[in-house]
Amino acid sequence: MSASSSRLRFRQPSVIPGFGLTLGLTLTWLGLIVLLPLSALFIKTSELSLERFIAIVTATRTLHALQVSFGLAFAAALVNMVFGAIVVWVLVRYDFPGKKIVDALIDIPFALPTAVAGIALTSLYAENGWVGSLLAPLGIQVSFTPLGILVALVFIGLPFVVRTVQPVLADLDQELEDAAASLGATRGQTLVRVVLPSVWPALLTGFALAFARAVGEYGSVIFIAGNLPGISEIAPLLIVIRLEEFRYADATAIATVMLVASFVLLLIINRLQRWAELRGSKHG
Amino acid sequence: MNALDQTSGHTVAHGASEGLPSALEQSHTYATHRGRPVRTEPRAVRIVLTVIALAFVGLFIGLPLVTVFYEAFKRGWQAYVAALVAPDALAAIQLTLIVAAISVVANLLFGLVAAWSIAKFEFPGKTFLITLIDLPFSVSPVVAGLVYVLLFGSQGLFAAYLQAWDIKIIFALPGIVLATIFVTFPFVARELIPLMQEQGTAEEEAAISLGASGLSTFFRVTLPNVKWALLYGVLLCNARAMGEFGAVSVVSGHVRGLTNTMPLHIEILYNEYQFVASFAVASLLALLALVTLIAKTILEHRLAEEDR
Repeated sequence: MSASSSRLRFRQPSVIPGFGLTLGLTLTWLGLIVLLPLSALFIKTSELSLERFIAIVTATRTLHALQVSFGLAFAAALVNMVFGAIVVWVLVRYDFPGKKIVDALIDIPFALPTAVAGIALTSLYAENGWVGSLLAPLGIQVSFTPLGILVALVFIGLPFVVRTVQPVLADLDQELEDAAASLGATRGQTLVRVVLPSVWPALLTGFALAFARAVGEYGSVIFIAGNLPGISEIAPLLIVIRLEEFRYADATAIATVMLVASFVLLLIINRLQRWAELRGSKHG
Repeated sequence: MNALDQTSGHTVAHGASEGLPSALEQSHTYATHRGRPVRTEPRAVRIVLTVIALAFVGLFIGLPLVTVFYEAFKRGWQAYVAALVAPDALAAIQLTLIVAAISVVANLLFGLVAAWSIAKFEFPGKTFLITLIDLPFSVSPVVAGLVYVLLFGSQGLFAAYLQAWDIKIIFALPGIVLATIFVTFPFVARELIPLMQEQGTAEEEAAISLGASGLSTFFRVTLPNVKWALLYGVLLCNARAMGEFGAVSVVSGHVRGLTNTMPLHIEILYNEYQFVASFAVASLLALLALVTLIAKTILEHRLAEEDR
């Protein structure tokens, strides 16, 4: 085959059949289910004037809702990064009875429907609940406050951090730590200078994944939040409320902000993952 | 690189102990006596970290799970069963099964087709295509529901056509199915694509060159190679399809006995203070989650074994 004809080809030649058919079906289905609906959001938003869009998005209630969603998602991701790191460390490096069960339990937030998690957490942290009744004498109220939202977001975010960092730490060659130790480093120095830099990209990726998930979370939050406008009302709930009030323009504008935010987060996560892979291959 | 570090470290210690006996000899014996001296943390630190990790997982994951079953059986078996056989509950269970069945089959077929085109051929823009397939994972469930309302709702882009043909999508089964397919879109494909890419095309090329047709190559060569990953993707897809709340909530219209899936029924019961009934329905979904996780653990074991 001449070089010029192969350069004109869209794909590299192969004896395997079905490329056109399968790629065509993939693109059609992707277009119909994902891209067309998402572009409907942008089409509907473009029907709004810029002033109207800005007025909706900067309305006090909207700003509060966005602040609650993004702020608490950030806090929850931070909590998960710290405690997730401890959980990963214990799961990978230590041995204790029931380790396999604890390891399997980490995936519960992935598999448990959000509504189920929502009502369970609400009962648990309510004033008469198992945990809530212990916190009440201390003057800490969790259910129906922003703290409750944080609890729900920590629940759904934990597996993202653990499952991202776990394989990286497990693959980490412990001889590096031995080398550091034999060169005179204390255990603390080894952890900060050798282990942390190796798992840092994975930790950040896990943080970003947990944050992205928490920003858009709805099901587990609305039961425990109390949903007071300006205090514990999340942005996805405000979208639902506006929709139920038939204020489509408002719902659309807020949804556009959320969607653009998730696109940006997706880009950041992709970058982080590539960085983490590069780091991994360097040490591997 | 690691081996090099180790050997160089070793020679340093060795040379030191030979050359300068007094002070450095001591550091040498220190290192050999304790074997790998600082490979792990002191016992107290290990215990504290383990307790923190267990308390955190117990508090945030274990307790909520136990709560579901405790609350469901608070008033005994009879109340539990009565909640599940209530007509509205049965209708919700039935609807959930129908929606999950359609969504899983749709995503199963899509996953296989997409993985074939992406993993078995080289073409530009592949990474971007994979990103697009993963996109629904990063969209808020509420936004996922909303976009279908904007397409097919009474104010939607296609409202006029749907009215003319008297087709109802929003607040009806098709809308619930569409929203569910959207949120579960990447599940099967993202399990298959990396595995099929790793397996390469040599086996398929061999089958084709020996005269097998494309279809029989797919069914006899490719499919057996990916069957566990496929099952794994289907399981996760099914769990999410049965449990989806936000997206379905936006498009369903919450008509009792008609467009209420199990998660929506749980919400209605809970808001009506029928806690036992609500947790009873929830316990079914929690059970599904547990079964899914157990199956997932077994499948991961199989996948790891096949890798060897």
